[in-house]
Amino acid sequence: MTLAVNVTAVDKVFNAGRPNQVDALTDVGLQVTAGEFISLIGPSGCGKSTLLRLIADLLQPTAGTIEVNGKSPRQARLDQDYGMAFQQAGLFEWRSVTKNIELPLELKGWDKAKRHDRALEMLELVKLPDRANAMPWQLSGGQQQRIAIARALAAHPSLLLMDEPFGALDEMTREHMQAELLRICAATQTTVVFVTHSIPEAVYLSDRVVVMSAGPGRITSIIPVGLDRSRDEGTREAKRFYDKITEVREALRGSEVGAGGRDDR
Amino acid sequence: MSAVWRRLKAFLPPLVFGALFLGAWEGFVVWRKIEPFVLVKPSEVWSAGLDNMQRIVDAMEVTGTNALIGLVAGTLLGCLGALLAAGVRWVGELVNPIAVAVNAIPIVVLIAMFTRLYEADSETPRRIMATLAAFFVVFVNVSRGLRQSSPTQLELMRSFAASPRQQFIKVRLPNAMSFLFTGIRVAAPLTVITAVVAEYFGGNRNGLGASISGFLSISKKDVGLAYVAGASVLGLLFFGFAAVLEYVAVPWQRRRDSR
Repeated sequence: MTLAVNVTAVDKVFNAGRPNQVDALTDVGLQVTAGEFISLIGPSGCGKSTLLRLIADLLQPTAGTIEVNGKSPRQARLDQDYGMAFQQAGLFEWRSVTKNIELPLELKGWDKAKRHDRALEMLELVKLPDRANAMPWQLSGGQQQRIAIARALAAHPSLLLMDEPFGALDEMTREHMQAELLRICAATQTTVVFVTHSIPEAVYLSDRVVVMSAGPGRITSIIPVGLDRSRDEGTREAKRFYDKITEVREALRGSEVGAGGRDDR
Repeated sequence: MSAVWRRLKAFLPPLVFGALFLGAWEGFVVWRKIEPFVLVKPSEVWSAGLDNMQRIVDAMEVTGTNALIGLVAGTLLGCLGALLAAGVRWVGELVNPIAVAVNAIPIVVLIAMFTRLYEADSETPRRIMATLAAFFVVFVNVSRGLRQSSPTQLELMRSFAASPRQQFIKVRLPNAMSFLFTGIRVAAPLTVITAVVAEYFGGNRNGLGASISGFLSISKKDVGLAYVAGASVLGLLFFGFAAVLEYVAVPWQRRRDSR
């Protein structure tokens, strides 16, 4: 099995040596297998977003090593080995939907026709082919988030890093988007590291749920979920789904002792 | 239909308020038998306006031309300045604090100095003043737009491995565009005010400001106020034009404002 992400003994300290020093992460280790769906869950300040940003090379670790597809995170970023999506869709308001999806390809120097074809292909994938020429502000929140996912996947990265991408959506849209995300990832064979606050979301989506705690931020347990890969609406009512939710909740409760500290990001 | 009605309903309260205000003004003057040299009736202003319509329109043209030249020149210079300040480090460090400080100074007072630099019948000092007024508003807005991109968009660009140059062209510059149009909307009526007030300080007597100060000082308050109304119309025209421009050019801004 090849490792998509390999995090070994990573510490991250913000404002080291100053009065406002924060130990965001302490001795964190995590191995993500290619094709796996991993969720990071934990209270505010547990460092889950920080961990995601370390993997993405948006932050550098204070100690320890991180490998993405066997390379340094920096090299993986330069090679566009991963795509990213955030809680805010972060679409560029002055660009049409298609131009938004094309942006990472444009920066990579793809020629016009090729990247346009890819954008249309991605629009098919997120089931919004008729909104190709729409402007972002004409889309609903859920549609914007789909475009953001399409953009993150445009360069066909092997890894998708997501920071509470559905956090701003209403519950119904959210459940729908979760199902869509699973379908998309199955179709594209993408590895996902997914940060969330929601226990049902983490359980529904993931192969493994990584439970973190704050003060200092660390991984307290990793819970394999093992739901059937072909999840459907029935999955949300299955007994195993509820059992796993309870298990994650208890792990979270146990980890909350000594919680506190800085808020995520 | 209901959309039209909702629009109308938005305009109704201010219209009713305006009518009531003018009615109360008119009634008050009649009731207290106030002399015209103290306070004139709105109806007298109205008829004075009709009598002098051509002259008022001519004056609006003179002042409006000054304001428009100032708005265009100030906007161009403001953009240029903001780009320079963002691109060249020492220019930014030099200009940014000055721009913020100058923004807090009532720059119309500078007109007294400019008037003496040019011959008495020149419109140039007024245009310079209007240019300066627009310049600082546009400069401050565009600079902000160049500096303040959404953190999510910047993180995304980094994840796309964009070079600083690509980031500037693809994110900071377009982001500054929406701030530019907001700046123009603020600057447009300001250039009118500046062009009007600039005429108070001497020079040609052909514009709105000169006529306002002239007629008000010789007790022809009805004519003076008719010119004031002309200045208001001119300001609203400028504002309306800039607001429509913003609405069309940066449509996503509508939402941002209403949030």
